[in-house]
Amino acid sequence: MSNIQQQLDDRREAALAGGGSRRIEAQHSKGKLTARERLDVFFDKDTFEEWDMFVEHDCNDFGMQENKIPGDGVVIGCGTVNGRLVFAFSQDFTVFGGSLSAAHARKICKVMDKAMLVGAPIVGINDSGGARIQEGVNSLAGYADVFQKNVLASGVVPQISMIMGPCAGGAVYSPAMTDFIFMVRDNSYMFVTGPEVVKTVTQEDVTQEELGGATTHTSKSGVADVAFDNDIEALLQLRRFVDFLPPNNREKPPFRPHFDDADRSEPSLNTLVPENPNVPYDIRELIVKVVDESDFFELQPDYAANIITGFGRMQGSTVGFVANQPMVLAGCLDIASSRKAARFVRFCDAFNIPIVTFVDVPGFLPGTAQEYGGIIKHGAKLLFAYAEATVPKITVITRKAYGGAYDVMSSKHLRGDINYAWPSAEIAVMGPKGAVEIIFRADRNDEDKIQQRTEEYREKFANPLIAAGKGFIDDVIEPAETRRRLCRDLAMLRNKDLTNPWKKHDNLPL
Amino acid sequence: MALFNKILIANRGEIACRIMRTCKRLGITSVAVYSDADRHALHVAMADESIGIGGSTSAESYLKIDTIIEACKQSGAEAVHPGFGFLSENADFALALDKAGITFIGPGTRAIEVMGDKIESKKLAATSGVNTVPGHADAIDTPAEAHKIAADIGCPVMLKASAGGGGKGMRVAWTLDEVEEGFTSAQNEARSSFGDDRVFVEKFIERPRHIEIQVLADSNGNCIALGERECSIQRRHQKVIEEAPSPFLDEATRQAMGEQAVTLAKAVDYQSAGTVEFIVDKDRNFYFLEMNTRLQVEHPVTELITGLDLVEQMIRVAAGHPLPLQQQDVKLSGWAIEARVYAEDPERNFMPSTGRLTRYQPPVEGVLTTDHGDGRVRVDTGVFEGGEISMFYDPMIAKLVTHGDTRNAAIAAMSRALDQYVIRGVSHNIPFLNALVTHPAFIDGDLTTGFIDEHFPDSSGSKATTENAQTDQAKPDIQNIAIAAFAQLIDAQRSAQVDNQLRRTHTAQETAALVALVKGVTESVAVELTEPAFATSDARQNGQNAISLRIDGNEIQLSSDWTPGNLLFDGKIIHPGDSSESYVVAQIDRAATHWIVTRAGKSQSIQVLRPEVAALARLMPEKAPPDLSKFLLSPMPGLLVKISVNEGEAVKAGQELVVVEAMKMENALMAEQDGVVKSVNHEEGASLSVDEVIIEFA
Repeated sequence: MSNIQQQLDDRREAALAGGGSRRIEAQHSKGKLTARERLDVFFDKDTFEEWDMFVEHDCNDFGMQENKIPGDGVVIGCGTVNGRLVFAFSQDFTVFGGSLSAAHARKICKVMDKAMLVGAPIVGINDSGGARIQEGVNSLAGYADVFQKNVLASGVVPQISMIMGPCAGGAVYSPAMTDFIFMVRDNSYMFVTGPEVVKTVTQEDVTQEELGGATTHTSKSGVADVAFDNDIEALLQLRRFVDFLPPNNREKPPFRPHFDDADRSEPSLNTLVPENPNVPYDIRELIVKVVDESDFFELQPDYAANIITGFGRMQGSTVGFVANQPMVLAGCLDIASSRKAARFVRFCDAFNIPIVTFVDVPGFLPGTAQEYGGIIKHGAKLLFAYAEATVPKITVITRKAYGGAYDVMSSKHLRGDINYAWPSAEIAVMGPKGAVEIIFRADRNDEDKIQQRTEEYREKFANPLIAAGKGFIDDVIEPAETRRRLCRDLAMLRNKDLTNPWKKHDNLPL
Repeated sequence: MALFNKILIANRGEIACRIMRTCKRLGITSVAVYSDADRHALHVAMADESIGIGGSTSAESYLKIDTIIEACKQSGAEAVHPGFGFLSENADFALALDKAGITFIGPGTRAIEVMGDKIESKKLAATSGVNTVPGHADAIDTPAEAHKIAADIGCPVMLKASAGGGGKGMRVAWTLDEVEEGFTSAQNEARSSFGDDRVFVEKFIERPRHIEIQVLADSNGNCIALGERECSIQRRHQKVIEEAPSPFLDEATRQAMGEQAVTLAKAVDYQSAGTVEFIVDKDRNFYFLEMNTRLQVEHPVTELITGLDLVEQMIRVAAGHPLPLQQQDVKLSGWAIEARVYAEDPERNFMPSTGRLTRYQPPVEGVLTTDHGDGRVRVDTGVFEGGEISMFYDPMIAKLVTHGDTRNAAIAAMSRALDQYVIRGVSHNIPFLNALVTHPAFIDGDLTTGFIDEHFPDSSGSKATTENAQTDQAKPDIQNIAIAAFAQLIDAQRSAQVDNQLRRTHTAQETAALVALVKGVTESVAVELTEPAFATSDARQNGQNAISLRIDGNEIQLSSDWTPGNLLFDGKIIHPGDSSESYVVAQIDRAATHWIVTRAGKSQSIQVLRPEVAALARLMPEKAPPDLSKFLLSPMPGLLVKISVNEGEAVKAGQELVVVEAMKMENALMAEQDGVVKSVNHEEGASLSVDEVIIEFA
């Protein structure tokens, strides 16, 4: 018995030592924490329970039989974040460079199965050199097993990927299929092929950071959601983020006590929209002044900034916000912003999170780049996402709602539950000037006449009255009262029950 | 004699609002005028009536005499108060009003004309027996002549443009060698800035103080002095902090200055409120500088120590009323300090900052209790939350004035009120003001006009407050840490009440021991929660919460009604030793996982973590902020109208690089140092957001 105990203690010690003090130091000197340190920071104190600490790989080639470390480069288990259950796996770069063996993959699948079984979020901390080359196809099989789990878990429990080191080759496709990807600046990379291969094939000279660093993926490619300065920031912000999410697709978003008055009026919003319809303003101010305690977690802040997405709370419960941003590209919809918002709307719908949409959209961005890039199909994604969503949907048109973009942005016609307009709203097929140039084409060289017609058009359409008269707008509200109205409506819609027709799955325009 | 029924205020911003306050109290209908940019300004909302007077620039609106007179006629205003700036010292305006049969609330045109000319006014002062700075009162023709006069007076001498102001057209020559060159450059600058190249020479006063006398005169020949104001705290010849009385004057000097000020006012048959400015040397010798024939920006400090409403007195005098008091009735009580709140960016060389005031919560007017007793707060403000700071006008947005029985009480109230002043959306100088009034030399009353250059040398360049804050960040501030810990604990306690709990988290136990990390400070600070939780069991309760902490070995008890989302932390500290209480006010912003606590002109960024997490956080590399000296960033959103350099071109410091147009104003951006242009990232006509990189240097 004591012999067994001794063996257990030895193995436990070996597992906890990971790749040894030299490798741990190397990890620290890069400003990176070890796999277990990361879990300690992320979970509530002393709540993490580890499984499979004794698992070792079963590779007998290339001398690997002599080289075994208990745990095999990944730590799995569960713990709590502010008391709520969360599952996690954390790759250990100090053990075989965090490379993925068959055993390593089995551990990841195990913790994912458990998360789905009990319905709690799964966080994957990625820090891996890639496939365990010594294991050959066994390693590839392991990746595919993880991919399959990711797909099955999608829409069942929230999946979050933390990229806190390298993540290259096939490995990128597991995070790619999760709901959110967070990265750490200067210490994390994601690419399908690395700089050397890129150089050979395309002659491009590019660094790891440029090719797949946090800045690249949060501003250029849109692959990742948010970049953080270091491991501590990333993990503490991840705690804050997890607080917003419901545990699974059967539960409502969590309620958290709040210190904000549902009836709070915000008079400064009455002057948010400038008089000149062509002058931009920061729609983020509206979101921040409407949510509880100005606490807003923005996703993809540096990518497709012409639309804003993120989570806030209204009276303690999570709400997803989508807003056109007039500060960037005048708030136009384009390929990137349509995809960004569509994915966010679908996440909210999958996890029962109500959606509030603030609209100031002059239309879709014109141009060959957009048309050749397939704006038709990409724009349709957002339209599709809003139309299929059955969660509570509230829309506030602050200024422009022109053309097809009006329809797309959670309009009444897409089963919008409550659709408001501010008095400054202009709901029309297009801006007055463009409209007049088409309707009165004959007069287009007569400036005075065009001017006069434009004024007429503006008078008639550049306001919310006609849409309100048809019931497409439920009410025209004072901007200062926006929070109060949203809080009431969200409370009223809490038990909304709407189901789409049965189908195997829809066929959204990918 | 009846007062006026209706007064038009030919001004904008805080001073227009301030004048309207008095009109309202006197039952006089007020008429505002406004430019296009000011259509929704506070002074328009406050006025009983308002009239648009044209385009956004001052030249198109507030300086247009005809339009304003037309507005008077249209509204039926019987009198005009010009405030300060704009047309307040414009004799043509006063004359034109007179011709139109409208009363100008201010002095007669002769006083305006004589005092408006620096040389004429000095001559008059000298002949009236008012001390003047030794020098030559006539314009000088040649550098050689300047040299000769300088030799007579003795160096250092000041070469000064007759039409100068705001520091333009002024040169100091420390030795005779520097006189001729200084003369020429003062003359050139005067010619280009004012179209008037008259320059004169005078003795340069070392360690000077700027002290001025408020006078008030009626149309019956009565003239009294209402004590002095010390306005030595100036940045580039613009007053920043003013106070009354001066901590430097004795009663005899005060009286002598008052008498000379009254003599001078009488010499021009002055009526209305006016100010005689003196320069005072270290031996309390005082010399006449100039007379301002209008209400001064800093008039509130005089109002607070005399109990008079100067605007009311100006209106009464203009209506022909005699003064309600005589010299012997003037009693000065307590101490008053004024700080000018500017929308300007200390990080960007105090450049005006424009934009939307997303948050604007000035301190509450009235009694404010500090450790130095009760003080009184007055805020003369011209803006509101959600309003716009326009780039067309002076960036002063408000004046914060405090009054106390003693100077220390007034200073304490000022510092506290500045801590309470919430401004977001535009950059502002509030931390800088607080650093000024809490500086030991300021508290000692050891002031000169060179105070800011001497004690805040970087303020003339850039980074005034940050540099200052950085030196202070070397040691952690226990009160700031207590505030951050309070915020962290309230937030953590609430977070642990989220639903879907697997188990009740033991927040109290988890947070009994914490560690604070202060940015820029190497040591971590232990924070122990000695009372295991908040005094009130439910953090949601909107009442006072109290915690007891041991920070770095110091016992401290802190109570506050602060809850997450509040920008203002208002709390009370109880020191367990003697149970004494003190107040603490700070602004608290959340930046990711940090709490930024701003108090007394300094900001500290504080993380409050579990000890294990704090230990790991120490492993995180300090990331150097990006080196921006290699970039030219757009200081404001605007249109890139001109690119003056090419890629690969070598540029010299001060050379124009690009011109950015924002709201019809062109701003030339200059090279800050010598360098070579590596790339120009935009084309002419591009629209820029703030901080967008325009040019990269090699």
